[in-house]
Amino acid sequence: MAENTYLIRGAAILGGEAEDLLIRNGTIEARGKDLSADDATVVDAAGLIALPGMVDVHTHLREPGREDAETVETGTRAAALGGFTAVHAMANSNPVADTAGVVEQVHSLGRASGWVDVRPVGAVTVGLAGEQLAELGAMADSRAQVRMFSDDGICVHDPVLMRRALEYVKAFDGVVAQHAQEPRLTAGAQMNEGTVSAVLGLTGWPAVAEESIIARDVLLAQHVGSRLHVCHVSTAGSVEIVRWAKARGINVTAEVTPHHLLLTDELVRSYDPVYKVNPPLRTDADVQALREGLADGTIDVVGTDHAPHPSEHKECEWAQAAMGMTGLETALSVVQETMIETGLMTWADFARVTSFTPAVIGRVADQGRPLEVGEPANVILVDPAARWTVDPHKMATMGRNSPFKGKELPGTVVATFFKGHPTVLDGQLNTPYRYPAVSSN
Amino acid sequence: MKHLLSTENLSAFDAIRVLDTAEEMSAVGEREVKKLPALRGRTVVNLFFEDSTRTRISFEAAAKRLSADVINFAAKGSSVSKGESLKDTAQTLAAMGADAVVIRHWASGAPHRLAATDWIDAAVINAGDGTHEHPTQALLDAFTMRRHWSQVNGTGSTGADLKGMRVAIAGDVLHSRVARSNVWLLKTLGAEVTLVAPPTLLPIGVEHWPCKVSYNLDQTLEAGTDAMMMLRVQGERMNASFFPSTREYSRRWGFDDARLRALDDLGMKDTIIMHPGPMNRGLEISSAAADSPRSTVLAQVRNGVSVRMAALYLLLSGDSREAAPNASQSSKETN
Repeated sequence: MAENTYLIRGAAILGGEAEDLLIRNGTIEARGKDLSADDATVVDAAGLIALPGMVDVHTHLREPGREDAETVETGTRAAALGGFTAVHAMANSNPVADTAGVVEQVHSLGRASGWVDVRPVGAVTVGLAGEQLAELGAMADSRAQVRMFSDDGICVHDPVLMRRALEYVKAFDGVVAQHAQEPRLTAGAQMNEGTVSAVLGLTGWPAVAEESIIARDVLLAQHVGSRLHVCHVSTAGSVEIVRWAKARGINVTAEVTPHHLLLTDELVRSYDPVYKVNPPLRTDADVQALREGLADGTIDVVGTDHAPHPSEHKECEWAQAAMGMTGLETALSVVQETMIETGLMTWADFARVTSFTPAVIGRVADQGRPLEVGEPANVILVDPAARWTVDPHKMATMGRNSPFKGKELPGTVVATFFKGHPTVLDGQLNTPYRYPAVSSN
Repeated sequence: MKHLLSTENLSAFDAIRVLDTAEEMSAVGEREVKKLPALRGRTVVNLFFEDSTRTRISFEAAAKRLSADVINFAAKGSSVSKGESLKDTAQTLAAMGADAVVIRHWASGAPHRLAATDWIDAAVINAGDGTHEHPTQALLDAFTMRRHWSQVNGTGSTGADLKGMRVAIAGDVLHSRVARSNVWLLKTLGAEVTLVAPPTLLPIGVEHWPCKVSYNLDQTLEAGTDAMMMLRVQGERMNASFFPSTREYSRRWGFDDARLRALDDLGMKDTIIMHPGPMNRGLEISSAAADSPRSTVLAQVRNGVSVRMAALYLLLSGDSREAAPNASQSSKETN
């Protein structure tokens, strides 16, 4: 048997008709009925759906600096198990990914791990401090080939700085991914501001703090003719503003997290910090608007905002707890639950919002490609009929802070092929992809 | 009742049981030997992450009158905790055999965390958490109101609720755990509550609360009120633009001498003036109002001990159907 040859038998391609896929040396060599290849390892995919490997535009891998929370190795294992073949590693590490040196380090850690493509996101401003542009060009030109820039976790709130960043990244086809949060309106904010925060006595995080920044940024993007990406849109009003901007032809893309598609601020009544996240869980009306926005294309992509934390950062008072939730290993199931089981989207739509469009936004070559002959073999096999109960202690991520703990969800990732190599088989980690000894990059 | 965390989820049945038990406890306070053996050998920890001498000594007196051993733990932590975590503190207290933890914390929900986790198995009493709730304050306020209301109506207070009583609560509702606990409890007991505050000091979402909201104290008084509760207002709120100046606040929302006279002019001879303390005399309440015969400020403090005795007793005495010892009146059979 040839080591790099796999024959996937009878997978419903993007949820359509069942066909075979022949993968050889990292490429889809053939697609059709009753393919045969004597030297191939056969993967029986009856009842499974074949999808392009998922591309996460928003992941926190924590390395360098917080290896007690996650490492590139553990985070990318979680990604592979979750059906991803590429992740964008956010810049809020320590040191901050604001130089070519740091993004190259993260990039090479990703290659050494070999579970997925790790695409470092560069910081917009030095140290995420919001005062001075980081060397965006140097990061773009580095081996990491950074195209997405974000101060995620912190909003680039200075309008002049945001304008300059949007303008500057045009030089290398970059995109600024904004964490939309007006800082003065959210000083000390703990949860969505509304009926629940009023009762719980937790400082509110008004929707307007997100919406006002998005409104400003789409107008800035229009003015300077640049490309804007809005991270983790969480309110109905934000969806409306993005819809308006797109109708005006503004070059804006938007992302939603799985948790904002499913959970609401009612959960905060428990005061359990596992539900503490930035942006906060909103109301049911917001959840419905986000689902509709994702279905109609107003929101372009799903991004996990996977944010692992060590347990001591969650086993405490709400106000003391860190913000963030894990998400890589539950993303597919939550999107299936909220978008597919509800009839809002098909699996082909799923491929668009989790793979095709994210790869375009991040300018990731060889990812988010159609499952056609000659294309790179980044393929996942999903069992849509499976149901499973979330147990954070069984996850590959070091973070135990899953808000879906104990929840029964549909859909499992049975196999992940990354560059034609099975990183996941039978729902278990297999082996990482090994890059050729001499890097061409 | 395993814990006393909030009044939001306190049933009318449980609330009235606490108030009735407090009536019995109050009789103990009038005896020469102000002590009951009920909680002998039990350990009550006052765990205070925020200074509050008044609340702490009230709980301490209550526990001691029930013969419990009292440990005061002042764990005033900074917000960026360099000290021990809540979890470690709780586990330490559990290892020392605490039967009840009276917790005061600057973070909303901290008592809920203690009760919901397996860090400690003790009964948890919320002695004020952040801007969330202060249930024993609301219970002592309700106790004070119930005594007054039954006196006005010429009925006995035991077993009674507050049906028909009009209560106005004025001040910084946004940041007030006392206001929240009072709104839920008074609603449960049948009173009609009106919150009076500048719009900046009311939470978004207050329109869903079971009460009326007014921006005008004079109109609220003219409409008639049986109890006027003033909340403490921090002058520093002015620096965050919640109101322009303390003088403007005082003119519009303070219970000043003119409003005290207005009660007489409006013929409301039975209206009481309440304040949870500590008072900012001259800001939210004038000295004349605080010291007037209408004021129940000191009665509230006195009743606080009885109510906290009742809470400790009901949570720690095990079988909740047990009658209070040496009860002056027979306790109602409960399930």
